[in-house]
Amino acid sequence: MTVSDASAVPLLSVRGLTKLFGSFAACNEIDLDIAGGEIHALLGENGAGKSTLVKMLFGVLQPSAGQITWQGQAVSIGSPAEARKLGIGMVFQHFSLFEALTVGENIALSLDPKISLAQISDEAASLSKAYGLPLDPKAHVADLSVGERQRIEIVRALLQNPRLIILDEPTSVLTPQEADRLFETLFKLRGEGRSVLYISHRLEEVRRICDRATVLRHGRVTGACDPRQETPASLARMMVGSEIAEVHREVLAPGEVRLDVSRLSVPARTPFGVSLKDVSLSVRAGEVLAIAGVAGNGQGELFDVLSGEVTVSDAKAIRIRGRDVGDLGINGRRLLGASFVPEERHGHGAVTGMPLSDNLLLARSQSDRKSFLGGGIFSVIRHASIRSATQRVCAEMDVRKSGEDPSAGALSGGNLQKFIVGRELDRQPALLIVNQPTWGVDAGAASRIRQALIDLAKAGSAVVVISQDLDEIFEIATNIAVISEGRLSEPYPAGTLTLERIGLLMGGIHETHSGGEAAHAH
Amino acid sequence: MNIWEAILLTVITASTPLVIAALGELVTERSGVLNLGVEGMMIIGAVAAFVGAQLSGSPYVGILCGIAGGAVSSQLFAFLTLTLVANQVATGLALTLLGLGVSGMIGEGYVSVPGVRLPEIAIPVLSDVPVIGAVLFRQDLIFYLSIVLLLGVNWFLFRSRAGLKLRAIGDSHTSAHALGIHVIRTRYLAVMFGGACAGLAGAQLSLVYTPQWVENMSAGRGWITLALVVFASWRPWRVFAGGYLFGAVTILQLHAQALGLGIPSQYLSMLPYAATIVVLIIISHNRRTTMINTPASLGKAFVPER
Repeated sequence: MTVSDASAVPLLSVRGLTKLFGSFAACNEIDLDIAGGEIHALLGENGAGKSTLVKMLFGVLQPSAGQITWQGQAVSIGSPAEARKLGIGMVFQHFSLFEALTVGENIALSLDPKISLAQISDEAASLSKAYGLPLDPKAHVADLSVGERQRIEIVRALLQNPRLIILDEPTSVLTPQEADRLFETLFKLRGEGRSVLYISHRLEEVRRICDRATVLRHGRVTGACDPRQETPASLARMMVGSEIAEVHREVLAPGEVRLDVSRLSVPARTPFGVSLKDVSLSVRAGEVLAIAGVAGNGQGELFDVLSGEVTVSDAKAIRIRGRDVGDLGINGRRLLGASFVPEERHGHGAVTGMPLSDNLLLARSQSDRKSFLGGGIFSVIRHASIRSATQRVCAEMDVRKSGEDPSAGALSGGNLQKFIVGRELDRQPALLIVNQPTWGVDAGAASRIRQALIDLAKAGSAVVVISQDLDEIFEIATNIAVISEGRLSEPYPAGTLTLERIGLLMGGIHETHSGGEAAHAH
Repeated sequence: MNIWEAILLTVITASTPLVIAALGELVTERSGVLNLGVEGMMIIGAVAAFVGAQLSGSPYVGILCGIAGGAVSSQLFAFLTLTLVANQVATGLALTLLGLGVSGMIGEGYVSVPGVRLPEIAIPVLSDVPVIGAVLFRQDLIFYLSIVLLLGVNWFLFRSRAGLKLRAIGDSHTSAHALGIHVIRTRYLAVMFGGACAGLAGAQLSLVYTPQWVENMSAGRGWITLALVVFASWRPWRVFAGGYLFGAVTILQLHAQALGLGIPSQYLSMLPYAATIVVLIIISHNRRTTMINTPASLGKAFVPER
């Protein structure tokens, strides 16, 4: 390896790179230099052009104009295979994993065909262990959580031994401890003379680990800096062009109990799923209960039973506004004034191929039947009122879209998430349950969503937020509970918990509370 | 030869074309392409094999012609659906109608011409084993090929790297494309394999099952194979079992009709369909296994992002 060469000539150099979609320039004359052995941050809001830029570097998209130079040689990267051959590895934000295949098979697909599947499994297992990303090569991806799926992507990219590795929001689903281990991995890679292009919306993280940063806004480079010399606020300013509104929280006197779960146990539905064990919680009007935990500890399962996607035979185990709802489906619960935002935006929170207005109607056709459907039993769709509701949601949540009513899939992740959250807030729900509200969402959109959740609680609703983002939890929660291996801790007032204590609870270490459990289970 | 050997032989003859065509369609569908034209490709294979055997005098040339007939007609489907991105369901139905028409036209001069029968090949030693020797090891080439196909397809899909790529494409063609796998090229090959198998199954009909040319002689077998693939949750051994179950019940109900049991013949004719579907539904009741084996991008058009 010629590390000295690499430091003289940039490993990757991009000049005037432009990508046009019709007349819209997703990337406009981008200049970027990545030196050998550096961790380079790429910052920008959703829709700033980061994903488009990265897709061109990885050969998924072809640039409309501009030049990519790799180790001093002008190159055109026609396909991901060519990018890999050059030595570029990539971890996607929307995972390019095959649900029907096993972890080992997924990894094998992107590697040298001469290596046997068994050998890859062994290698992946040892690599994932070394980097603190535990994986079972024989597990089917369909049974894994988002966090676990990302581990596969990271291990898969690392197995290819790349010169440049592109990571798109890699830590958004990792615990602080896991993220620290990943950073160690990245430092190790840098020490070996490799480079990392690191896309993140976590400014604190970028300041901590990156050597240089390039900031994008509206498809143009708006700044290049040494992030260690900046403050999070100054980085955020470059990114969004204005100060990010700080989230304001006022503690109100809690009102009536809106959601009450007592001694709920649900066996795992799949061999690799998590069973919920004796979960109890209660949320009052005006409260924000945050549920923290490491990915794959039962968050998805808990959301499913709370939302009614999975019903339980014991109706009394879950009560919404004093009514037994355990055996009630989603619409039954929505009719009681509850709203739900699932984790997966595409295909779960929204039908990707359908326009926003149809997505609005699909979610609220039962609960807002009077406003959206007319003609009595014929249920004729009232297009005008749906259109105006869609416009209202988009205006309220600042959803940036092209055209009047684009399909949900055409929106960037952050904008779609703002739309989905806004769609539910528009109902003024008495109870809102959200799973990972700001996962993979840029700082501007995340702050907007968090403020909206706080405002909702202030207006007298009860809010449950399931999140892996501890900063987010501390920002918005009035009470915090931690889920670990399907068990939920008792809730603690947000002011009384430290990061360290949460970390311990997430690791399944519970202190012995004399009478704490009993008091909680009334 | 006793009556049971005779029955077993007819069961094998009736099941072999179903198994072959279904294995081909299974590979096609595992790549994410739904080709409903199996019936059409099968009948083209049947007429091509019959005419080829007549003109050359050799049933083996007939087999090659049958395979080629199925493969060529499948490429018409592939061109329309993969390159021109036509709707797969509509194109598949059109292929069936086209196949029935074209085969009738080609075979017009061959109706009631005595056919060339594919000879049996006795495998030394094994064919002398009592009962199973005569049934399993004194068979024609196409039967042996069907067993090779079963083992080969199973090995290819679950043991080989190329099979892994094919399953990956069927699960998510966008992700596969992002990994640099050639989606369209692989699908062309998978469709061609499916066509070749359907053609071979057709050749079995006109060279073994009833060695003559009759219009519409595929008699809905193409449709049965499509159902077999789905109800077998896209797994080769289940397709094989389903094919044989269908063949066995078909033959047994014929014998039952001949015995005159007093059951209306319509019910007996229904039996193979009902029995096969019921058994395969019971086998595939596990939703998780079914989900993991169902090609998620089946029937969806792929247009690379550019």
